[in-house]
Amino acid sequence: MSTQTKTLTKQEALFEYLIRLADDRLILGHRLSEWCGHGPILEEDIALANISLDYIGHAASLYEYAVEIEGEDRHRDDLVYFRNDVEYKNLKLVELPKGDFGYTIARQFLFSAFSYFLYERLANIEDEQFSGMAKKHLKEVKYHLRHSREWVFRLGDGTEESHQRIQEAFNDLWTYTEELFYMDEVDELLLADGLSVDTRIFKDDWKQLVSDVLNEATLDVPDFDQYMAEGGRKGLHTEHLGHLLAEMQHLRRSYPNAKWE
Amino acid sequence: MHKTLFKYNEKDIWKLLSEITDPEIPVLTIVELGIARSVEKKDDKFIIKITPTYSGCPAMAAIENEIDKKLHLNGIQKYEVKKDFSETWTTDWIPEEAKKKLKEYGISPPGKTESDEDFLNNLKGEQKEVACPYCGSTNTKLQSKFGSTACKAQYYCLDCEEPFEHFKCI
Repeated sequence: MSTQTKTLTKQEALFEYLIRLADDRLILGHRLSEWCGHGPILEEDIALANISLDYIGHAASLYEYAVEIEGEDRHRDDLVYFRNDVEYKNLKLVELPKGDFGYTIARQFLFSAFSYFLYERLANIEDEQFSGMAKKHLKEVKYHLRHSREWVFRLGDGTEESHQRIQEAFNDLWTYTEELFYMDEVDELLLADGLSVDTRIFKDDWKQLVSDVLNEATLDVPDFDQYMAEGGRKGLHTEHLGHLLAEMQHLRRSYPNAKWE
Repeated sequence: MHKTLFKYNEKDIWKLLSEITDPEIPVLTIVELGIARSVEKKDDKFIIKITPTYSGCPAMAAIENEIDKKLHLNGIQKYEVKKDFSETWTTDWIPEEAKKKLKEYGISPPGKTESDEDFLNNLKGEQKEVACPYCGSTNTKLQSKFGSTACKAQYYCLDCEEPFEHFKCI
């Protein structure tokens, strides 16, 4: 491996930025799709499948724009099916197994709250196509936040068991929350042109929202100053991503040019 | 006989598009739903722009296929269907007449969208009023924010005791 750092062009940075956003949504969408047919009640089965579709839809439009920026005539599906885990740039938070319903809801809430603040700003990004997509995604993200927030109340302030399970879920997931705000040279390079969002700006707002909801749900807010995991943005993942990709990609890789007839 | 290509104008294309119904809500056309955004003739090619109602709407691919089929059957060869995100789709684009059709079909139509400026504070707010499409009662209960498709929510009428779907207002 070369030790020289290649200077990043703006085009490469924007491609990378879009890929990171898209990978988060694809992987979380895939995780949520695992609930299809297994939801605790019919309404939630449908809700999680719907949210999963939203994420995959968001990812599809972001990948489509990414390959357009790249200009190498790749198809968005090539990015999905023919990249290995080290080439995926999603957050570790989204690749973790779905766990029980409480665990899924806790993750949905943490991610949706973050996405809400992020998309509020992406909607005003200095690129018409990008901001147009973001405005659309934002409407759906608000729905996701409403949905998961209400379930945090129901489970946190529900039975002894539901309280305990979702509390444990938040405790487990906490170490993956700092990575939501991860920024590096990709973000910095785009920031000057108004093409990325400075996540530092809304970190306190996110903490406030999350803390308020957990408090209201009679849950303890875990310590923000604990060891925090990262690496996803550089392609360093937990073991779980490889298993997920194997399932998601194996058909397309076995029959690379197969078409529905 | 088919008209030859050069005789078609934008208006003709709009007419063809207005014959295509939404696969999930067959009482409305893709023009009434505001999915078909614009038709433009560039040189001898028609550029048709469409926008999805929801990002993950699985009906989008079906709609694109329907447009292909419709244009193909009418002998139009030079066209391109493009996705357009420049304006965000909203239920406010659905005309009153189409909302009536929804109601008759048994789907409670969307109301007018309200400002979402104070979203975080509104999160704590009251549920909005939704009328039952069968008996008109507003004594209804939200059962699930997500219905059979992304664009609908599941409600229950406490008066006539019928479950029904509400087209979400976005």
